[in-house]
Amino acid sequence: MASTRAHPYRGLLRAQLRAQTAYRASFAIDLVSNVWATVADVLTVLVLFQVVSTSLAGFGLAESLVMVGLSAAGFATADLAVGNIERLRHYVRTGLLDTLLLRPLRALPQLLLMDLGLRRLSRVGVGAAVLVAALAAAPVPWTPARVVLVVVAPIAGGLFFGAIFVAGATVAFWWVESGELANSLTYGGKELTSYPITVYGPLFRRVFGYGLGFAFVAYYPALALLGRPDPLGAPDWLGWVSPLVAVPALGVAAVAWRTGIRHYRSTGS
Amino acid sequence: MGQVTATTARDTFSDPFRQARAGGALVGSGFRRYATYRQATVAGAVTNTVFGFLRCYVLLAVVAGAGGVAAGYRPDQLASYVWFGQGLLAVVLLWGWTDLADRIRTGEVATDLLRPIPPVTLYLATDLGRAGHALLFRFFPPVLVGLLAFDLYQPARPGTWPLFGLAMVLATVIAFGCRFLVNATAYWLLDIRGVTVAWVLGSGILGGLYFPLRFLPGPVATALYLATPFPSLLQIPLDVLVERDRPAVQAGLVGVQAGWAGLVLAACWAVQRRAERRLVIQGG
Repeated sequence: MASTRAHPYRGLLRAQLRAQTAYRASFAIDLVSNVWATVADVLTVLVLFQVVSTSLAGFGLAESLVMVGLSAAGFATADLAVGNIERLRHYVRTGLLDTLLLRPLRALPQLLLMDLGLRRLSRVGVGAAVLVAALAAAPVPWTPARVVLVVVAPIAGGLFFGAIFVAGATVAFWWVESGELANSLTYGGKELTSYPITVYGPLFRRVFGYGLGFAFVAYYPALALLGRPDPLGAPDWLGWVSPLVAVPALGVAAVAWRTGIRHYRSTGS
Repeated sequence: MGQVTATTARDTFSDPFRQARAGGALVGSGFRRYATYRQATVAGAVTNTVFGFLRCYVLLAVVAGAGGVAAGYRPDQLASYVWFGQGLLAVVLLWGWTDLADRIRTGEVATDLLRPIPPVTLYLATDLGRAGHALLFRFFPPVLVGLLAFDLYQPARPGTWPLFGLAMVLATVIAFGCRFLVNATAYWLLDIRGVTVAWVLGSGILGGLYFPLRFLPGPVATALYLATPFPSLLQIPLDVLVERDRPAVQAGLVGVQAGWAGLVLAACWAVQRRAERRLVIQGG
C-alpha cells in the first residue's frame, strides 16, 4: 500500500500498460498504423524531389531528410508523452475534469497518464530511424559536439512540441469546441519544421519560424549538423544553441496551463 | 406498425412528393447541425488556412526548383491547387466522420432501420446539408486568404466553373460513399480503427492532398485515377479548376468521377443490404 501511495503515478502508468496491451492484436494494429503518418511524410519529400531537378530551396534530398528526421523524431516523442492532452476538450465538455481535480494528485500528470498513447511508441522508433538513415546519407563532418547535438536536438524538439501540445490544448478551457485550432500549431508545426525555412515567405517565416520558434526545432540544428552556413544570414552558432528554444516554450505552456486550469468553471450542469 | 425484422420490407414513402420533402428536410437538418458548431467552424477554417500557407510555399519552392513548370503546373496553377484544395477538403470531408460506426457500435442504428427512408439516402441527404454549410463557411475563407496572399490561377475557359461545381458535387458524393463504407465495416468489425487509418492515409496521399498525383510517373498516376476512387476526391476537381488538361480530358476526368460516384453508391447499397441481413443489435 505504501508503495502505491508513494508512487501513485507509477501505479497509473502500470494500469495503462496493462489495459492497453490486454488486446494484443489490437495493440499491434495500432503500433503499425501509427507508423504510416511518418512514412507518408517521407514519401511526400521523396516525390517532391522527383520533380525538382536538384534542390528544394537550396537543399538536397539527404539534407532535407535530416530536417524531416529531426522534426519527426521530436514530434513523435512529444506525441507519445503528451499527445493525448488533445482529449482535454472532451474532459472539459463532459465535466470529467472535475473528477481529476477532486483527487489529491496534480491534474496535468493525471490527464497525461490516463490515456497515454503507448501505441505511438512505434512512431518514435520510425522517426529516429529516418533521422539515422538521413544522417548516414548526408555529408556530416562528425565531431563529438555533433554527436551530442544529434541526441539533444530531437529531445529539445520533443520538449518544444510538448509545450505546443499543452499550450494549444488549454484553448479548451475557454473555447470547448475549438480543439482543431491547436492542430494548426501541432500538426502544422510538424509539417512546417519538415522543410527548410528558406521555403517560406519572409513574413510567414518571421512569425512562425522566429516568432513562435519553429525554425529552431529542425532547420538550425540541421545546419549545424551539416556544417552549412545559413543562406538567410544567421550566425553559425545559432544551430548549436537552438535546442534552448524549448526552455521559453515550456515556460509559456506552464503559464497557459495554470491560467487555464484556474479559469476552469466546470460544465455547470 | 407491427413487427419489424431485417428481412421483411420496411415501410417507405411511396409518394415521390413526400420523399422529396423528407430529403429536403434532411439536407436542411444536416446544414443546421453543423451551423451550431460555430467555434469548430472557425477553428477548422483557421487550420485549413495555416496548412494552405505551408503547402503553398512548399509547392512554390518545388516549381521553382523544377525550373518554372512542375509536372505541367505553373506556379499560379499550383497555388490555386493548394488553396482551393484546402477549402475542398472541408466540403468533401475526408476525415473525422464516425457517426454511422458509432451508431452501429452502440446499437442506435436500429432506429435508423425503423425510419421510412433507406439508411444510405438518409445519411447522404444529411451529408449534402453538411457539405452545403462547409461550402459557405469552410471553403470560401481559405480561398479568400489564398487570393489575397498569392497569385492564383484564373480559369480561362467559360465551361470550367460549372464543370468544377459538378466535380465538387461528385467528389462530395464519392467521399460520402467511401466514409459510409469505412463506417459500415463496423457491422462486421465493431472497432474500425484499422480501416480508418488505411482510409485516412489512402485518401490523403492518393487523393492528391499531400502532393498533386501528376508528380508521380505518368502510368502510375493514370492507374490511380482509373483503378481507385481516391483521385476523384480532390485531385480531379482541382485539375479541372486549374485547367491542367485540354478541354476533352477535363470533361473526361469528370466522367471518371461520375463512374466512381455510381460505383461507390451502389457498393453502399449492397453493403447496407448485406449488413441488415446479419445485423444483431448490440445488447440483445
